[in-house]
Amino acid sequence: MEWQRICDLEDIPRLGARTICLAAGPIALFRTRDDRVFALLDKCPHKAGPLSQGIVHGTRVTCPLHDMVIELETGLAIAPDDGQATTFEARVISGNVEIRGAALEAAQ
Amino acid sequence: MKQKLVVIGNGMAGIKTVEELLERNPDLYDITVFGDEPHGNYNRIMLSPVLSGEKSMADIMINEQSWYAEHGITLHAGSPVTSIDRPHRTVTAEDGTSAAYDRLLIATGSSPFIIPVPGHDLPGVVAFRNIADVDAMAAAAAEYSRAVVIGGGLLGLEAAAGLLRRGMTVTVIHLMDCLMERQLDPVASALLKRSLEERSLTFEMPAETKAILGSDRVRAVALGDGAEIAADLVVMAVGIRPNIGLAEDAGLHCGRGIVVNDTMQSYDPRIYAVGECVQHRGQTYGLVAPLFDQAKVCANHLAEIGYARYGGSLTSTKLKVTGIDVFSAGDFSGGEGAEEIIFQDAAQGIYRKVVINDNQVQGALAYGDTSDGAWYFQLMRDGTDVSALREKLMFGHGGGGEAGLGGETGAAALPGDAEICGCNGVCKDTITAAITAKNLFTLDDVRAHTKASSSCGSCTGLVEQLLASTVGSGYAETPSVRPLCKCTQFSHDDVRRTIIEQNLKTIPDVMRFMEWETGDGCAKCRPAINYYLLCAWPGDYVDDAQSRFINERAHANIQKDGTYSVVPRMWGGMTNPKELRAIADVAERFDIPAVKMTGGQRIDLLGVKKEDLPAVWRDLNAAGMVSGHAYGKALRTVKTCVGSEWCRFGVQDSTAMGIDLEKMACASWTPHKFKMAVSGCPRNCAEATIKDFGVVAVESGWELHVGGNGGIRVRTTDLLAKVTTEAEVKEYAGAFLQLYREEAHYLERTAPWIERVGLGHVKQRINEDAAGRRALFDRFLLSQEFAQTDPWAQGADDTPEWTGIRPLAAAE
Repeated sequence: MEWQRICDLEDIPRLGARTICLAAGPIALFRTRDDRVFALLDKCPHKAGPLSQGIVHGTRVTCPLHDMVIELETGLAIAPDDGQATTFEARVISGNVEIRGAALEAAQ
Repeated sequence: MKQKLVVIGNGMAGIKTVEELLERNPDLYDITVFGDEPHGNYNRIMLSPVLSGEKSMADIMINEQSWYAEHGITLHAGSPVTSIDRPHRTVTAEDGTSAAYDRLLIATGSSPFIIPVPGHDLPGVVAFRNIADVDAMAAAAAEYSRAVVIGGGLLGLEAAAGLLRRGMTVTVIHLMDCLMERQLDPVASALLKRSLEERSLTFEMPAETKAILGSDRVRAVALGDGAEIAADLVVMAVGIRPNIGLAEDAGLHCGRGIVVNDTMQSYDPRIYAVGECVQHRGQTYGLVAPLFDQAKVCANHLAEIGYARYGGSLTSTKLKVTGIDVFSAGDFSGGEGAEEIIFQDAAQGIYRKVVINDNQVQGALAYGDTSDGAWYFQLMRDGTDVSALREKLMFGHGGGGEAGLGGETGAAALPGDAEICGCNGVCKDTITAAITAKNLFTLDDVRAHTKASSSCGSCTGLVEQLLASTVGSGYAETPSVRPLCKCTQFSHDDVRRTIIEQNLKTIPDVMRFMEWETGDGCAKCRPAINYYLLCAWPGDYVDDAQSRFINERAHANIQKDGTYSVVPRMWGGMTNPKELRAIADVAERFDIPAVKMTGGQRIDLLGVKKEDLPAVWRDLNAAGMVSGHAYGKALRTVKTCVGSEWCRFGVQDSTAMGIDLEKMACASWTPHKFKMAVSGCPRNCAEATIKDFGVVAVESGWELHVGGNGGIRVRTTDLLAKVTTEAEVKEYAGAFLQLYREEAHYLERTAPWIERVGLGHVKQRINEDAAGRRALFDRFLLSQEFAQTDPWAQGADDTPEWTGIRPLAAAE
């Protein structure tokens, strides 16, 4: 699978997120305090809330609609809630944020 | 190498502490647990329903043996510890097993007190403490027919009711002339006795047990007056004694229990103790709620976090006998200065008594209808000033006005399919099943597992009742001083105080100084701390956009489909053709699908796409309109009537007053949303008496009302003061806002805040202290100097917060 460059790391605020609309759907890119980046489909598994608009803490985000907490690494909802958001691989290469995933390629 | 933690006692206190420890630091210790009973860990407080046959043993297991293995814990079940060797730091069990410790936790619980009368050791005489006792009673009930229970306290009556359900005839012998004399007064005790007699229990009281008769099995119980009561089974339930023998033999200082300090440490700093075996500040506890508090504190220290303190617990009691509701808390015996308020309806079997001392609830009793027990207990724990509630106390918290509960306030009477939580559609059966199946003890547990009471919270009272009636006295009431969130042990008040005292200026500073357990907090604490800093350091603190809920970053309300709603400010609800035209143009230009009037006399544009927000605001700005803050924990709207300008009944210009107030207060950040209204006469068309701050004009001036709420639970305002001039209205309004800003917890509306601190406190700070009021007002105006900027005016697209949330352009 090909890595796809999305933006600069600095485009994403620390403890924040930015979105980008790709063929696979809206993708949310999260940046943690220690500059790790995670990419998830911007839809909460609960009621499709835009996760990118939630508050980021640690490696988790709290959905703005009903406060479901999603683990960014796996997309899994924190127990006792269940559900899983679609995740993509993400990496930062010399300041460039890149993502890849089967769903991205399938949509192209 | 890991340190070694040895736990003596496999009961609720010991294992709860281990669970809390694993949550905080799972890798610190190699853990070994010794238990007397040959089982995993079970819910001892549910033994009564097991005895009565309403639950099975499997229902009340908390941790099966596999749980210990999963967590790498060595369990020696059925292996009572017989000695502690403190110099060598080892413990040894009856079967010779021994284990070395770096830290030791004693949680040996208590034992039933056996009255040393002749025959007390005959076969057929049992206590009511563990699974073996319940098995023995169940077996006896299958084979024999007559039971005697010695002891008319909580445990004795639950045992008697259980045996009755198993088909035995039961006589209760009680030394006193009142049942449950430590929890009930004579009136409630008599009501209880009568309804138990109706269920064909027989009582001998006051009566002293002289001997238990029989040769190879119990045959009868002899009383002090010479009477004999035939019995095939005798249950001793006259009280418990903390198990301190092991600790005493090891030379630990003991009173009635093992003496511990506020960190649950015994006199040997390596040895901790929790649960029924401890004595803390002279108190021993036999209920589960305090033990859970202790477990949390102890785990905090074992995990080397090291700052939690146990300050003792207030406890309440509920009798777990199906169909009989008894609630008791605190001291209801009266005493100097105490007043009693009593309600009794003999025909319906309802009795309530609240004992008040110095305007605070000191004790409460409820018989028959215990739906308000949790409310009384909360008033008591919080030390609420109840002078303003006196008339309501007897009739309960459910004074009507609760939305979404179908008018129901008594959970016990509801059928299983009744919807308790109207927001998330959770029925009573679902909640009680989850409480039982998942061993939930707290409101937070129920919220997490069922979603009930997790949205608007109006059903919290009902859920608490279900908890209380399902787990009985084991219900761990929400502690009065709640931690701000799961990231810390500190309360809202602790955080606010520390920010000022330590001059903390950023969120990371606060988290570092207060030793937050998570790196950057969570979605609960970050917005709260952000607000507290903003309130504490006006003009100085740099707002942290990433710690604000999205609505306050986008200056619009997120909707269920991810679009936003935009509400421009209309001062006092007044508008004009130019503004309306601009709104209409914006709605058309941006294809905004819905335009609606709000309850606060504003116009709401719904369904705005996020990327259109800056342009929408730019066009609204151009027509002279600013943000209406309908999205924020902030001053929302000032609703007005047309007042003396137009209305033939109006006595003051309420519209002008409302506009003045709104211009003064707009853009102020508050702990929760804040609504105002101004009515031009007592007909009150602006509905000022359900607002946070309501002004009602009268011929001679203005009435100022506070703490109203028209939402989840309707609360009409309290009258704060009556003033004559417009300037006074503004000064009182600003001072009240500032007091609320400085004292309320984040996300606490004025109504619960006033109920918490008491109207008297607010009156004292605002009405009676003129200099203090002016100082509050000045601080409010100072903070407004920095807050009153229109978030969109400086060119929306360029604001840093917008740059941070704008969607990225798709890459080529």
